[in-house]
Amino acid sequence: MFMIPQVAGLLGGGDNIVSLIFQLIFTGIFVVFMFYGQRVQMMVMIREVESHLRRLKFIKDDGRKVAIDTIKEVGKLNGDPSERIDQFLEYIAITPQDMDPSGIVWKLDHILDVRDTRFKDEVKLMAPAADETQLNNLENTLEAAMALHSIYKVIRHFYLLGKKTLSLYVIMQIQMVLPLIMQQAEAYAQALRAFSVGQPIGDGAGPLVAGKLMQGYETKEIARDIIVAEVPIEGRTAFILKAKGPGGNVGKPGEAISEIVKQKKGKIVTIIMIDAALKLEGEKPGEVAEGVGAAIGGPGVEQFKIEEAIVKHKIPLNAIIVKQDLGDAVSPMRKEIFEAADPVITRIKRLLLERTKEGDNVIIAGIGNTIGIGQ
Amino acid sequence: MTEKANSVNKVSPLLLVMILVAFILSLIALYIAFDSLATQTEALDAYSFLAIGFGGLALSAYLLLQSRSKPKVLSIELPRVLTTIECPKCDFKNIRDFQRDDYIFKKTDSCQKCNEAMTITAIYREEKKKN
Repeated sequence: MFMIPQVAGLLGGGDNIVSLIFQLIFTGIFVVFMFYGQRVQMMVMIREVESHLRRLKFIKDDGRKVAIDTIKEVGKLNGDPSERIDQFLEYIAITPQDMDPSGIVWKLDHILDVRDTRFKDEVKLMAPAADETQLNNLENTLEAAMALHSIYKVIRHFYLLGKKTLSLYVIMQIQMVLPLIMQQAEAYAQALRAFSVGQPIGDGAGPLVAGKLMQGYETKEIARDIIVAEVPIEGRTAFILKAKGPGGNVGKPGEAISEIVKQKKGKIVTIIMIDAALKLEGEKPGEVAEGVGAAIGGPGVEQFKIEEAIVKHKIPLNAIIVKQDLGDAVSPMRKEIFEAADPVITRIKRLLLERTKEGDNVIIAGIGNTIGIGQ
Repeated sequence: MTEKANSVNKVSPLLLVMILVAFILSLIALYIAFDSLATQTEALDAYSFLAIGFGGLALSAYLLLQSRSKPKVLSIELPRVLTTIECPKCDFKNIRDFQRDDYIFKKTDSCQKCNEAMTITAIYREEKKKN
């Protein structure tokens, strides 16, 4: 009878039947792992992806349910909006062809405008009784549900593809990024709840600062969904702008800044942009940092417009950011982020005193989603 | 938000057979160990079998419990969100749970003390205290 001496030693090495059985089992395991080790590893990975997929499906279904319930409650639609919402969740926006990149920003801007208009129209049809604020919140809620739906579909695609092709590498690549994707999905699940009831989110740090600065002053709409107030600060004239709240809105700050620069014929001494920015692990949420450049996220269209507007007149662009992670940015605003608004205002005033003179015109832009923040 | 799980968890018959085999082998290993100890022969082998027997028993019991346990209940944790309302005149402050239609800078009910219109000055989520 064959025998592995080390294994036999480990098990007592006796010549009785139990030792023999143990030897057989160990030899069997050794042979199985030698030939099917990778397959076993893949099965373990598939099981892990499967359990995450189950969680993702739960989050996605919950998001859909919240969206349907909110639309029924706010929109007072006669009938069931489920079918329309399911169609909405599958919406796609095809980005412009970039083989010849010249002029692509304006093409992308147009596509985004069309998408936004289409979304708003759809939401109006689904919720005819909703006011403007509620419509914006519903739009944000549906966008979060859409994001969850799309995350679920992508993970399911790789899971099924891995099972179909039995390729370790297909499964491995999705298994490696799953923790980050799950973090993102959990963040969107929180965001969806916040949007459905209109709670301010971490991304609203910029509009919160702008809102505090413009309190008590008259505002007017200068670009789509962007309002501006002329506020005297430290003897300077500050044009404070933010998205029009309290509905979920980011507006078009690039257009607004271009418009102010045009109206003032380039006589703007400095621009200060305040936005939420992703922090690195180890950094504290609500930490404030300063720098130069356009502090604005998104697909890049608005940033391009701002840079185009200032380069002609060589206007300095300052950035103040409030650090937070993705989860904080889209979930109800943390206390630390809320409390960062006052230090940001102190920094703005210091910047104005150091970088501008009395009587100068400046632009202060609070960038981000203004949901739950008025003016 | 929770999802109700099935009270009976389906267990694969193959897994049950494997648990049963491991359980029987563990019992045999324990029998040999105690037999060797009782007859004072091959003491080193006896202790090895003793360890294998108890280890196998623990493993099969753990696997059986795991396979019979109810699946995890899926849920999404919702944070508590607070609204702070302040009176600009007498600084009276009221903190309550967030309600739909609350937003920062909203003028709301009049002050209990001076009857001035109060304003929502803050809305933020309450962080869970880490133990």
